[in-house]
Amino acid sequence: MPVSHLADRPIWTRRTTRQQFAAYAGWLALVALTIFAFQVMTRDTIWFFVQDAPRQAGDLLDRAWPPRWSYLDRLWAPLWDTLNIATLGTLLGILIAVPVAFLAARNTTPSLAFARPIALLIIVASRSINSLIWALLLVAIIGPGLLAGIIAIGLRSIGFIGKLLYEAIEEIDESQVEAVKATGARGSQVIDYAIVPQILPTFAGISVFRWDINIRESAVLGLVGAGGIGVQLNSSLARLAWSEVTVIFIVILATVVVSEWVSAKVRGAII
Amino acid sequence: MLRVEALTKRYKTGDKALTDVSFDVPSGQVVGLIGPSGAGKSTLIRCVNRLVEPSSGKVFLGDREITRVGRGELRRVRRRIGMIFQEYALVERLTVMENVLSGRLGYVPFWRSFLRRFPQGDVDKAFALLDRVGLSDHVDKRADALSGGQRQRVGIARALEQDPELLLVDEPTASLDPKTSRQIMRLICEICRERGLPAIINIHDVLLAKMFVDRIVGLRAGRIVFDGPPDALDEEALTAIYGSEDWNAMRKEADETAKDAAEAADFEARAQAGAA
Repeated sequence: MPVSHLADRPIWTRRTTRQQFAAYAGWLALVALTIFAFQVMTRDTIWFFVQDAPRQAGDLLDRAWPPRWSYLDRLWAPLWDTLNIATLGTLLGILIAVPVAFLAARNTTPSLAFARPIALLIIVASRSINSLIWALLLVAIIGPGLLAGIIAIGLRSIGFIGKLLYEAIEEIDESQVEAVKATGARGSQVIDYAIVPQILPTFAGISVFRWDINIRESAVLGLVGAGGIGVQLNSSLARLAWSEVTVIFIVILATVVVSEWVSAKVRGAII
Repeated sequence: MLRVEALTKRYKTGDKALTDVSFDVPSGQVVGLIGPSGAGKSTLIRCVNRLVEPSSGKVFLGDREITRVGRGELRRVRRRIGMIFQEYALVERLTVMENVLSGRLGYVPFWRSFLRRFPQGDVDKAFALLDRVGLSDHVDKRADALSGGQRQRVGIARALEQDPELLLVDEPTASLDPKTSRQIMRLICEICRERGLPAIINIHDVLLAKMFVDRIVGLRAGRIVFDGPPDALDEEALTAIYGSEDWNAMRKEADETAKDAAEAADFEARAQAGAA
């Protein structure tokens, strides 16, 4: 009871004395836990290497600079592959995610007991596995190359797009749906006229956002042999050719900046 | 035309929204449905086109029993019943024309509606209706670019685009200012009279109802407690519907509202004259 009386005037405090001491004890426990956790964390750390870190980093930067710009000529083709992996993978993801989202949304699913759990399972399965792991599996199944990368990006995108889209479908204004139903429209027409217009801006935003993420992810897929600029990155790292690595990083950075700009433009245009 | 027999609606929560409601609406009659919030007005009109499934009782449109038809047939019944909503319920991101044409969805196959290739006859009708409700200049605007009164006019045009035999109107003026409310009520009732179209209008505003409708049905806690011409709605009847209250005080207030509306109209007229 935070209200007490002092000389007939009501006094308000945020906590009672007892609650206040409990709060202090809580903070104390948190500090103790932090100290303990830090000790566990650094048990295997060799402090000599950590002290050496600035010099090592400086040395690495020294070898990485200046970038070997001539290497750029051999990057255009893998970069183009990377963009294709991201774009086609996103399209594949969208193609599968849209029907899955309609099956998963409470207000559009044909059956709450059967279709919805399956759709949710697809979404969770896709989301719980990172693109890199998908690519690893797919390289083993269908062999190295672009196709594995595209499918890996597509599979990972299903969950992301599906989840955000089905949440958007569940949040639509039902009165518009009711009004279209009242005209005697079929189920397919209700989706076309009452639901699609309401989720279209969100859908565009989600898709472009995922494409943006996929460009970043497809840049590393080459590390496991799924095509794109990551293959180059892998070989440069293996040869300790740091000046080439710098060029690759700069190219990836520039691509991501451009893709971010494009996605912002697209989102602005559609809403 | 419309016959409701012993309609009862009990929600899953156990709340009884309607109890044994029976009434007829003959061809061409405009019925005002009044009653306090939660009396079951919205549920009642939604039971007519089965947006809400009644628990028991029958609803007939002509000699067709709506409460018995299957899904496909229900769509064919719904397209004969136009509906106008409280918050307009337009599809905000579609154009005015698309919203009006959506009144034809029950009549055209999916591919036509998907490609927006409606038969020319439907488009002609939509143009004529938009002209009738005074929105000829706004055909290509998106619905969310219109004002409240304009949106409700689109809602009216959409309902009429169905070529309805019955109009269900759910609180058409609840989100509108007093002047626009009158204009919208006048428009709905005029159109009903032009076409001999029967209508059920849910309405909060008793004075507005008395001004425009042919007959008033009063609902209280899911039962009909008044059914008669507007003139018969006296203090006693109002008390039966809403519970006791000083009804004359409400009249005074309503008179003031009317005066405000008149002043607003006058002000707008002068402002327009000034602008011209």
